[in-house]
Amino acid sequence: MYAGYDMQAVDAKSVRELRHEIEEFHTEYCTVLDRAALDEWVEFFAEDALYRVTARENADAGLRVGLVYAEGRGMIRDRAFAIQHTQMFAPRYMQHFTSNVRVISVEGSLVKAQANYLLLQTLVDGPTTIHQSGRYYDTFVRQGGRLLIKERQCVYDTVLIANDLVYPV
Amino acid sequence: MFSANTVIGQTGAFAKEKPREVGFEFKWPAQGLTSIPDWIYTSPEIYEREIERIFHGRTWNFVALEAEIPNPGDYKRSFVGPTPVVVSRNTDGAVHVFENRCAHRGVEFCRQHLGNNKEFVCPYHNWTYDLVGNLQGVPFKRGLKGEGGGMPKDFKNSDHGLKKLSVTTLHGVVFASFAADMEPLEEYLTPQILEDFNVVFANRKLKILGYYRNELPGNWKLYHENLKDPYHATLLHSFLVTFGLMVGGSKNGMITDPKGRHGTLASAKPDNVASMLDDATKKEMRNYREDFKLADGRFLDYVREFDSPWSVTMQTIWPNLIVQRELNTLGVRHIVPNGPHSQIMLWTMFGYEDDSEEMTRHRLRQGNLMGPSGFLGLEDNEAIKFLQEGVRRSGPGAGVLKLGGDTTGSTTSVIDEAAIRGMYKYYREEMGL
Repeated sequence: MYAGYDMQAVDAKSVRELRHEIEEFHTEYCTVLDRAALDEWVEFFAEDALYRVTARENADAGLRVGLVYAEGRGMIRDRAFAIQHTQMFAPRYMQHFTSNVRVISVEGSLVKAQANYLLLQTLVDGPTTIHQSGRYYDTFVRQGGRLLIKERQCVYDTVLIANDLVYPV
Repeated sequence: MFSANTVIGQTGAFAKEKPREVGFEFKWPAQGLTSIPDWIYTSPEIYEREIERIFHGRTWNFVALEAEIPNPGDYKRSFVGPTPVVVSRNTDGAVHVFENRCAHRGVEFCRQHLGNNKEFVCPYHNWTYDLVGNLQGVPFKRGLKGEGGGMPKDFKNSDHGLKKLSVTTLHGVVFASFAADMEPLEEYLTPQILEDFNVVFANRKLKILGYYRNELPGNWKLYHENLKDPYHATLLHSFLVTFGLMVGGSKNGMITDPKGRHGTLASAKPDNVASMLDDATKKEMRNYREDFKLADGRFLDYVREFDSPWSVTMQTIWPNLIVQRELNTLGVRHIVPNGPHSQIMLWTMFGYEDDSEEMTRHRLRQGNLMGPSGFLGLEDNEAIKFLQEGVRRSGPGAGVLKLGGDTTGSTTSVIDEAAIRGMYKYYREEMGL
């Protein structure tokens, strides 16, 4: 359990509306990542977004390290750029599945929610494996009528990583 | 993909993993250290010999940072070579290391990465051990009243404690050894290595920032080689060059101890890379791109917090520790060999207790360079995996280590493989090869 996501503090009607909107967000977000369209991925984040991917053991212990740690859309863009232009890695396909979207709270333009994710990796000369089983702990901000990520903590249970994590989660 | 999921294993006529024919001898190629035979990376017999002679032999093995177990009763589940151990802080503050294997039936009883307790209890039959590893209690030792059973009269708890290892600490770094009569750690590390080790650890209290763990499907020695191989840095890691962290012409060094087993890959960040590169050099570095710019370059900043000419030191401490000081991102990597084709890497990232909030965040941002998702880190993992697949699935063959001739030891040029050759000179002696 990630701090601040234990209690649901929002009425049932808002939950129903928001869950649908957040599910659509995840669907679009994951589709973009599954296509490895990293330039488009950057556009899901607010300018001052915090994006972190970390193991559950760190999240549980309140340790702040990130396997990926980006403060602001600039750093998120740089990661997208590095993967596309400077990094050497074996070709692979990724596929994300999200479920169990849970709306936690709404405060002004901010929406807190969580969801489970499953990340499959297919090395093109190997089998498809479960690369990560994890949860998104999100804070969305509504800007210009659409939700953007203000904070996304991707907390993975698959603590022992199979070699590396190339693409974002 | 974990190595256990590998679909395409070894192929071809040369079954490198099968037992050898009677009379087969592992014979190093006649060329000597400029030739590295595949079988040191693929043979189960060689792997077993490494565990016996190196990890269980006369070496100091990293097991923990004291900052992970600051209080009495704190413990960490760790490894010496592939062997599970527990690092435990006793009530008097002393650190002890013993095998994570119940003296009764061999159960690996400690299951948490980190924790605190008053005693260790094996869950199977509830044998209990104190924080030093002595057997404290055996349930029904005298049997059931009136029904007999129980241990023989001559059973002594003191004969059945956990297997204890030698322990030493230096500046908050804990090492253990299966050898009872190891030389002092300072002597083991040598002044050449201590100098940069102390830059990171002496007189500073560490603050743990967190952990990464990954399985790397490559032989454990390849990680040592990687950090004794300055040649790869500017060629594989185009990020380093593209964004000005390291170039061939800047101040670099590959420092080794006299035996050649430890090493420090050191570099000093140049102020302006573009001005140091002539056209001929650029042409050799096919990955160099002048037009690349970062949107947020903060994470490449170097805060000069150390009294050292180097902005980067990557230390390989034989046989299982890497100390990473890459600008301001600091960490240790604990190598756990996992058969000839695999190793587990346990990363502990840290800063210092007196870091400001902004310094901590700087370290977190800079952490993007390293680790299993790091701009540099993941490329090493990929390259090592490719190498392992190459030697596993083809051959038999041998690697070529001719850069810089056949010399061994420290170099100032990065276009040199003398440190790898030096490591294998030592390795061959230890292994009887």
